[in-house]
Amino acid sequence: MPKTYTELLKEAKASIREVNPQEAERLRAEGVTFIDVRETSEWDQGYIPGALHVARSYLELHIEATVPDRDAPLVLYCAGGVRSAFGAQTLQQLGYANAMSMSGGFQSWKAEGLPWTTPVVLSKEQQQRYSRHLLIPEVGSAGQARLLESKVLLIGAGGLGSPAALYLAAAGVGTIGIVDFDIVDVSNLQRQVLHASDRVGQKKVESAKQAIAALNPDVTVVGHEEMLVGDNVERIIAGYDVILDGTDTFETRYLLNDAAVAAGIPVVHASVFRFEGQLTTFIPYEGPCYRCLYPTPPPPELAPGCSVAGVLGVVPGIMGLLQANEVLKVLLGIGTTLAGRLLIFDALEAEFTELKLRRDPACPVCSDEARAARERGEAPALSAFPVDAPFVLSGAGFGGLGGAAPEGRA
Amino acid sequence: MSTVYIPAVLRPSVGGVKSLELGGATVGELVHALLERHPGLGGQLLTPEGDLNRFVNVYVNGQDVRYLEGLATPVEERDEVRLLPAMAGG
Repeated sequence: MPKTYTELLKEAKASIREVNPQEAERLRAEGVTFIDVRETSEWDQGYIPGALHVARSYLELHIEATVPDRDAPLVLYCAGGVRSAFGAQTLQQLGYANAMSMSGGFQSWKAEGLPWTTPVVLSKEQQQRYSRHLLIPEVGSAGQARLLESKVLLIGAGGLGSPAALYLAAAGVGTIGIVDFDIVDVSNLQRQVLHASDRVGQKKVESAKQAIAALNPDVTVVGHEEMLVGDNVERIIAGYDVILDGTDTFETRYLLNDAAVAAGIPVVHASVFRFEGQLTTFIPYEGPCYRCLYPTPPPPELAPGCSVAGVLGVVPGIMGLLQANEVLKVLLGIGTTLAGRLLIFDALEAEFTELKLRRDPACPVCSDEARAARERGEAPALSAFPVDAPFVLSGAGFGGLGGAAPEGRA
Repeated sequence: MSTVYIPAVLRPSVGGVKSLELGGATVGELVHALLERHPGLGGQLLTPEGDLNRFVNVYVNGQDVRYLEGLATPVEERDEVRLLPAMAGG
């Protein structure tokens, strides 16, 4: 016996649990997942903060990837409560026993003065450019918007910084700062793919700007044509969300570490030697810092740079891209970073090895004691530092970032 | 015997090999067995007082011995010991 629409709706509503907007808001406060099942054009007009968007027409197709846990309580909503009722019924058939529908839909929600927000709407060109990101539930348009608003600082536009800069720019990281005072040399081009033969002799920052502008006009490049030193490090790193350490001297690595811990900015670290690379992510106070890993630098003969020892060009390429991967995860808040883990890569054996890192309770920079001293406004004594860095830690941690926004310095 | 992995920067001091099989009940005994064969490594691994240099990390099965028992960290048959100095290159 064919059924009418009214009968079908009645049946659906009888088989599911409906919640009104006020009850739904209480569930939202408890952390219950909301699924907006309306069309994209409706979502773009506004949605409930934190809701995931799976249009009704894709619900069966995408729900398992979006919400793998079938026991999770879910509140579905549409404009008026009809599509979400059918949606919840479908989800129950798929085993989502706790799928509910919000009666009255988004219209009632708004009428009751409950909170809603409008998404960052990507332009048509951006929707095409980033379409492969938009297809991934973990990125999507919210994640892409986040990347476009993000600010990443690259220390060095060399072997590590080059591949990272290209892929971060391609990914749509909105502001990329580059600290480099060097000029492009023909011997760089064996691995520094950001630069080009016809830009030999140009400043690396200028060469990088050209390459990035040609790849993605959405990206603002902020050039810092200076050597990172104690007097400028705080000013340069202020306002960036993540820093990618691609320098080639220990002085700069320690200086950057100390300043980034003080400013509360994560640093994605990598270094290379011939066929080998090391990689980790330092998240201030959550994991170890560079000084916890290497309390003192080795003597120069034990740690020559690429210009002395040489390096297989692909090694910084691989390590730089792994750094870019860490940066994207930190920015998007997805996955597990390498905080507390050192990844070492051996190109000759094609081998990755992982080592466990710990915070040093006696670290002069990131120990609880050093942090407390910093919060009291007392800079740790410089004598504590084995590297002669003319630099005093004064940053106040997260929220204590001063100075102009990086994009304002473009 | 334990396998001691030598980083590229130290390989010239051990005849170019990537790893060595060495006997010893602790990290310290392994290091001394290594130095007996390759005395040239001494200054790079140990301080004049005989402690591990702070710029070379030693890991036993992926764990930093500084957070275990240092040179006294026990080592078992077939454990993997890795020497790892900092690298500068970028």
